[in-house]
Amino acid sequence: MKIQTERILEIEGLKKVYDGKPVLNGVDLTIHRGEVAVVIGPSGCGKTTLLKCINGLETHQEGVVRFGGKILGDGGLKWTLARQKIGMVFQSYDLFPHMTVMDNVMLGPVQVQKRPAAEVREQALELLERVGLSDRQKDFPRQLSGGQKQRIAIVRALCMNPELMLFDEVTASLDPEMVREVLDVMLGLARQGMTMLIVTHEMEFAKAAADRVIFMDEGVITEESEAREFFKSPRTERAKRFLNTFYFD
Amino acid sequence: MAFNWDFIIKFLPNYGMATLLTIRLAAFGILLSVLLGVSCSLVLYFRVRVVGAIVRGYIELSRNTPLLIQLFFLYYGIPKLGILISSHACAIIGLTFLGGGYMAEAFRSGLESVSKAQLESGLSIGLNSFQMTRFVIFPQALSVAVPALGANCIFLIKETSVMSIIAIQDLMSLTKELIGMYYNTVETLTILVICYLLLLLPVSFLFLFIERRLRYAEFGL
Repeated sequence: MKIQTERILEIEGLKKVYDGKPVLNGVDLTIHRGEVAVVIGPSGCGKTTLLKCINGLETHQEGVVRFGGKILGDGGLKWTLARQKIGMVFQSYDLFPHMTVMDNVMLGPVQVQKRPAAEVREQALELLERVGLSDRQKDFPRQLSGGQKQRIAIVRALCMNPELMLFDEVTASLDPEMVREVLDVMLGLARQGMTMLIVTHEMEFAKAAADRVIFMDEGVITEESEAREFFKSPRTERAKRFLNTFYFD
Repeated sequence: MAFNWDFIIKFLPNYGMATLLTIRLAAFGILLSVLLGVSCSLVLYFRVRVVGAIVRGYIELSRNTPLLIQLFFLYYGIPKLGILISSHACAIIGLTFLGGGYMAEAFRSGLESVSKAQLESGLSIGLNSFQMTRFVIFPQALSVAVPALGANCIFLIKETSVMSIIAIQDLMSLTKELIGMYYNTVETLTILVICYLLLLLPVSFLFLFIERRLRYAEFGL
C-alpha cells in the first residue's frame, strides 16, 4: 500500500440527498498519488454518485472534496479547471457521435487546454497506438465496437494529462471478450503509476489491479482495506455476503 | 376550350420575374427566421429569466395567429407609428415573425434531444458552457432538427403566396391579376402550380440530402 505519498484527493463528510433520499451519508475517503483504489458494493449504494461528486457532475449538500489540497467547487478551484486534471470514463462510453475518433480525443486538449493541435495529435496517436487503435482515428464512434469505443473514451480522458482518473463501471455494458481488452488497458495504466479510482463489479480485475478496496453500502464506506486482505477475509458481514454472490459452489 | 399555348408563352417572362421575387422574399425570410428561431430556442434551452418569458410569449403569438393577420398588422399598423417601410420589407418581416416561432420550436426539439450523458461527457473534459454549446449541443441538435427545419422552410416558401394581399407582385398576385384581365384561368393556374413545384421540389431534395449527410455522422453512439 502506497500511503507514504502525497494525498491527491481528500473527501470529508460528504453527504448528498436526492429527492429526500440520502444517497451519500457521510463519506470520508483519501486517495494518494499513484494509488489504485477500487470501489465495490451493491447497486444503488452511491458508488457512481461518489465519483460524480468528485468532478462536479453531481452537487453535494455537505462535506468537502479537496483535490491537490484545494477545495473543489463553490468558491474553490473552478470545476472547468479541476475537470482538466480529473479524467472520467463512463459506463456508456459517451463519445461524441458526430465527431471522428481523432476529433473526440483532440477536443478537450485543443479547445479547453488551448494546446497546439500538432502536439496534441502526436500525443493522441501515441495513446491510440498504446490501446491498439491507431488505425481507427478517422472512424466515427458508430463504426466501432463497444470495447473499442471504451478504449477511445479512455484515450480521450488520458489526452488531457489528468492526475486522477475516475472509472464508472466502464465494462458493465460490454461483452466478456471486450471486457478483457478494456481491463488490460486499465491494468497497464495502473502499472504505469496512474492514480485511479475505479467503480467496478469485476472482482478478478480488482484483485489484480487494486492497491486498496473500498466497500460501500447505503451511502457510506463500510470497509476499506488492502485488496488482498479484503478478498481473503472481509471484515464486515455485508461485504462477506456481497463477495459470496460472485462464487458458485 | 383548348389550352392556349400562346398565352402561356407571352406571360412566361412575368412568371419568371414573379418566381425570382418569391425566391428572394422567401430566402431572406427563411434566413432571418432561422437566426431568430435558433436564438429563441437557445434562450429557452438555457432558461434565461425574463427574456425566456418574452420569447415564450412571442412563439405562442407567432404560431397561433394567421400570417394574413400578422401582415395586416405590419402593413397597416407600422406606418401609423410613423415608420414607413416598403411592402417588400414588410413581407420579409412578416415571414420572419411567423417563421421565427416555428424554427424556434423545431430547433428546441433538437436541443432537448441531446442526452444528459453527452452533456456529462462534455463537462468531464472541462468544456465551459460556450464550448459545450458549440461543439456538443449545437451539432447534435442540428442533426436532429434538420427534418423539421426543412419542413418549415417549405412551409415558409408556400406562405409567400399570402403576400399578394399587400401589393407584392409574387406568383399568386400575378396569377390573380392575369385571371382578372384575361380569364385564362386554366393556363394561369397551371403555370402557377408548375412554378411552385419547380421552386419547392429542389428544396425538398436538398433537405433530404442534408438530412442524410448529417445522419451519417449521427447514428449509433
